[in-house]
Amino acid sequence: MTGKGGTGKTTVAAALALALAAGGRRTLLVEVEGRQGVAQLFGTPPLPYEERRITAAAGGGEVRVLAIDAEEALLEYLEMFYRLGAAGRALRRLGAIDFATTIAPGLRDVLLTGKVKEATTRTSGGHRVYDAVVVDAPPTGRIGRFLNVTAETAKLAKVGPIKTQSDGVQALLRSPMTAVHVVTLLEEMPVQETVDAIDELTRLRIPVGHVIVNEAQTPLVAAGKVSQAELRRGLTAAGLPTDKATVTGLYAEVKNHLTRQELEDSLRGDLTELGRPVLELPLLSAGVDRDGLDVLAAALLAAPTP
Amino acid sequence: MGSTFSPLLCWLLRPHKLGHVSSDQHSPRLDVDRILSDPGVRIVVCCGSGGVGKTTTAAALALRAAEQHGRRTVVLTIDPARRLAQSLGLTELDNTPRPVKGVGEGSDGSLHAMMLDMKRTFDEVVLTHTDPAKAAEIFANPFYQAMSSTFSGTQEYMAMEKLGSLHAQGDWDLIVVDTPPSRSALDFLDAPARLGRFLDGRMLRLLLAPARAGGRSVFGLVTASFGVFSRVVQKVLGAQLLTDLSGFVAALDSMFGGFRQRAEQTFQILQAPETAFLVVATPEKDAIREAAYFARRLGEERMPLAGLVVNRVHGTQVPQLSADTSLAAAAALADAGEQAPTADALRIHAALAALADRERAVTAGFAAEFPNVATVSVAAQPADVHDIDGLRLIGSAISQP
Repeated sequence: MTGKGGTGKTTVAAALALALAAGGRRTLLVEVEGRQGVAQLFGTPPLPYEERRITAAAGGGEVRVLAIDAEEALLEYLEMFYRLGAAGRALRRLGAIDFATTIAPGLRDVLLTGKVKEATTRTSGGHRVYDAVVVDAPPTGRIGRFLNVTAETAKLAKVGPIKTQSDGVQALLRSPMTAVHVVTLLEEMPVQETVDAIDELTRLRIPVGHVIVNEAQTPLVAAGKVSQAELRRGLTAAGLPTDKATVTGLYAEVKNHLTRQELEDSLRGDLTELGRPVLELPLLSAGVDRDGLDVLAAALLAAPTP
Repeated sequence: MGSTFSPLLCWLLRPHKLGHVSSDQHSPRLDVDRILSDPGVRIVVCCGSGGVGKTTTAAALALRAAEQHGRRTVVLTIDPARRLAQSLGLTELDNTPRPVKGVGEGSDGSLHAMMLDMKRTFDEVVLTHTDPAKAAEIFANPFYQAMSSTFSGTQEYMAMEKLGSLHAQGDWDLIVVDTPPSRSALDFLDAPARLGRFLDGRMLRLLLAPARAGGRSVFGLVTASFGVFSRVVQKVLGAQLLTDLSGFVAALDSMFGGFRQRAEQTFQILQAPETAFLVVATPEKDAIREAAYFARRLGEERMPLAGLVVNRVHGTQVPQLSADTSLAAAAALADAGEQAPTADALRIHAALAALADRERAVTAGFAAEFPNVATVSVAAQPADVHDIDGLRLIGSAISQP
């Protein structure tokens, strides 16, 4: 799940994890940017680097969450291949781990996406542990670089475990098992960034899924023809005040709304032209809470799959 | 300024910062014109999380400083939306400030704009610190190529670097800076120091010591675990990478220290009273939370926080009609099957009134934690802004809410 900053991609990622867990399934919601957005969304203390259940989904499913920390992932990785033990902990005290994840551009991303791959392909008793893994990914401006790890690391590591690791990740990310969904609002800049990101992902041959319009409002068409005289009659019929301030104020609000609606319609047109399935999630008038996530999850489930 | 007061506190105590208190927020009102017209203010930094309109705010403030306050102004943008960039006459990444057409003619003020080219800025830093032959060697190193365009933090560092060099040129009365769309707003403050530390490279030298000494660590006191680490890095990253890295470090060797020194200099400029930080947000939970992080952090770093700009604030023109009353009336009209247009108008009003209430509650959270931080709200525009006239409107909206 990507999207311009501020479009609600963490919210939509959580809703998708809930939707895909419905009916007794298990999903993993992964956070990669260390923002603790999932913890904030669910109102929990900061999440550690471990997979833990965060909520139940409809029909007995469960959503687990993993906040990946690049340093922890590197230690885990080194432990797995080199059995560092106490030396690994000493390295952390030296600041060496932070250093290592910073020196090689892309190493951080390889570790993050590598962990995603490990969780996605992990099996237990012959079955995949997770029915789906939803990644709250970096925003549109950085998504191409984040997912295109091979190109970045190949420049630096031409052989060795890092190279092998990034090749494996790359194969998974370009396979039909992956879909990158782009969250947007019906505003000019998020839509422009959506168009740019889809263009970039397509060039990188990374599969693009849905364009998800967040916070969409139901068009109120009848208001389009309203006049001030008609508003006054309507307000009278509703038993509301009909003073000049009320009538002109409401009229101005309707006009602004229509201007906004025209802009939104034209942006909807731009999104449709992308030739990707577009789905709209309703604006939650009470703000995003746990019930609101269920509303969004239901809307995602109701959408036709591409 | 007594040493017992932080610059932040002194800034807040400056009498002109305490405007009249608006009734609903209990924070002083931010007077942007006072900042833009103050000859003592030479840098305005707009910071905040992604998607809150930082670039637009920066451009609008710079335009206003040029046109209304006669200041020779330059706006440094990082990643502007295409159409906004075009409206400023910026068509490509170009590290030179370009005059914005149609601004400040016949007055003392002028407006230049530039878009940061991260790689070119890095190249310029290298060129000014070393001879052409060595520079060519550095530019050819694959490690430099990767790092100058993808290193996390390079953009932040280079923004600071460019700010430092524009400031040193002295051609400008006022520099308005837009900050990079970082992972977290705090990266803007942390990344330059991190990159400075990296390039300063004590750890880098330690790591490369064995490679330089033909595989044997020359650091007798280095802990055993570091030796393990170095071997692991060789194994994991491969010998080729270490050779490239080693070459990179050797070439940059003469520049070490310079980086850290420059990062520290810029940091000091940001702490000086000639700088005004404006935290930009929208009245949404995430953006306000980031704004609060930023305000806290600026306080800790003793950087002068001038105020909070809340963009895209919704308000109703009929405050006497509540959301609930409005919705109930719309439902009654719909039940009666009449006056559909009025019912829709009432729904539009109800949604707007509810949104305005919610936004007020979110913003009040910031005001409660930072009662002394001056704040200004900018009304949401029905359409997006992407021309000079639009920026003028935003500029006056920030100044006269």
